[in-house]
Amino acid sequence: MNVWRLVRPYAMVAPSIVTFGVFFIYPIFYMIYLSVHSWDFVSPEKPFVGLDNFAELAGSREFIEVLGNSFNYTLMTVSLTIVVSLFLALWLNRKGVLYGIVQGAIFSPHIISLVSVSLVWMWLMDPQFGLLNWLLASIGLPRLEWLSHPDSSLLSLVLVAVWKGVGFNTLVFIAGLQSIPSELYEAAELDESSRLTTWCRITLPMLSPTLFFLVIINLIGSFQVFETIAIMTQGGPVNSTNTLVYYIYQYGFRFFKIGYASAAGVVLLAVIGLLTLLYFKLLSKKVHYR
Amino acid sequence: MPVARLAFKAANFAGMLLLVAVFVVPFVWMVSTSLKTYSETVLFPPKWIPAELRWDNFARAWNSGPFLKYFLNSVIVSVSILLLQLVSIVFAAYAFARYQFRGQKLLFGLTMITLMIPGQLIFLPVYLLMSRWGILDSLLALILPFSSSAFGIFLLRQTFKQVQEELLEAARLDDASEWKIVFRIMVPMARPALVTFALFSFIAHWNDYFWPLVMTTTDAARTLPIGISKIREVDGGTAWHILMAGNMILVVPILLVFFVAQRHIIQAFVYSGVK
Repeated sequence: MNVWRLVRPYAMVAPSIVTFGVFFIYPIFYMIYLSVHSWDFVSPEKPFVGLDNFAELAGSREFIEVLGNSFNYTLMTVSLTIVVSLFLALWLNRKGVLYGIVQGAIFSPHIISLVSVSLVWMWLMDPQFGLLNWLLASIGLPRLEWLSHPDSSLLSLVLVAVWKGVGFNTLVFIAGLQSIPSELYEAAELDESSRLTTWCRITLPMLSPTLFFLVIINLIGSFQVFETIAIMTQGGPVNSTNTLVYYIYQYGFRFFKIGYASAAGVVLLAVIGLLTLLYFKLLSKKVHYR
Repeated sequence: MPVARLAFKAANFAGMLLLVAVFVVPFVWMVSTSLKTYSETVLFPPKWIPAELRWDNFARAWNSGPFLKYFLNSVIVSVSILLLQLVSIVFAAYAFARYQFRGQKLLFGLTMITLMIPGQLIFLPVYLLMSRWGILDSLLALILPFSSSAFGIFLLRQTFKQVQEELLEAARLDDASEWKIVFRIMVPMARPALVTFALFSFIAHWNDYFWPLVMTTTDAARTLPIGISKIREVDGGTAWHILMAGNMILVVPILLVFFVAQRHIIQAFVYSGVK
């Protein structure tokens, strides 16, 4: 009986811990191990190659381009999403049936599969028969090539990501706004502070934890973009929408350069690790402020 | 003054209408396209309401591949994951919230780290692992890695911690077993959190495209999102009407659930964001 008491907590967490260990933690180390080996998936041997894979990555123009695409995509997606959502949150943060409906409508893409979202937008962005070009033409603007031209392809993907993510971000912002104690606003009103001063001195600082949080999770999320690319562009045209995860997928599953793909994975790990660290740093600060 | 107020109200309303249109029109367009003939999809300027509603597009989409198989796979995978997760997170969250044991901090830290590891980061090594075990291209490969959820443990642990200690003491005095405490006191008290988690988990895995794409190579274990994305070429060109009809099969169930439980779902996802 006593032994069971001692063992019980471990037995209770075991299924979860084993799952996390086997499928999430161990693979990280395995990937790092693979990144310093050369392997084509079939050969029985995996010779150790040191940092060769990383040197090859650094020397590959394609990879540098992919990194650039990932950064561009991420920066554009995150800044647009945050700015638009913050604006929408300030606008829509009101009670009432109408506001509820609007909030529901802008949130709805968030629960739709990325497959569906990608297919619908591919169709909307069809250069010949798509609705978007019809809209442009009907207000006298030139048609765009959207996904089929390297100058607009990445931006088109950004547009889709912003459309899908803005509702979720807006509602998180609204939750943040509503958690600001109303006494602060009452005090500001007593002091006859202007709307701008109230916004700068109360709303923004009180909202900053939510803001930091959203920026970080959007950064991490955008860096992992895969689905829209796999369905809408396959990395093209001329590599203009090839980003990190899609690159890893291509080299791992099409060209079977496991070591090389793992090295690219380690680069992604470094980026996500850094952002996570930053997040926890900010989180601990947030606790201090309160 | 009342005129200015009225104008402001009108502008505000028009703005909201436009905003809703941006999010709803793509769905309307999808529905409209799914009921057209091929020649109607290539009309420019486009037509919003097809001359004749082509319901047979849905049958054509469904019959363009083994869709019953895809559908069943999707149901089996999402439901198994949900059931496994519910069991594993209830026990883990209870242990983390209510017991003190050696290594607790370390194990909870491990759980929190997992929360930050996306599938997109570790799919390659996990793929190799699965291939070594010979379970690639099977439903197991889609289910096993998600038999527990770090987010679920986190969420439930918070809830379990709020249950008053006196309640548990009283139950223990009555000689209630820990088993009874978990299922008679903890679980009922955590019902809202469990519903929240269940909605979140089911929608996420029903929609998932990435993991099944990476782990399957034949139709044996493919799920609905993969199947839909494969309807591309019918009749030579891209058959948008068939593709959108297929897309409806994927979207409509989720949208229906959303209409019924909108507030719950929004709360679930926003909470998963805020933590």
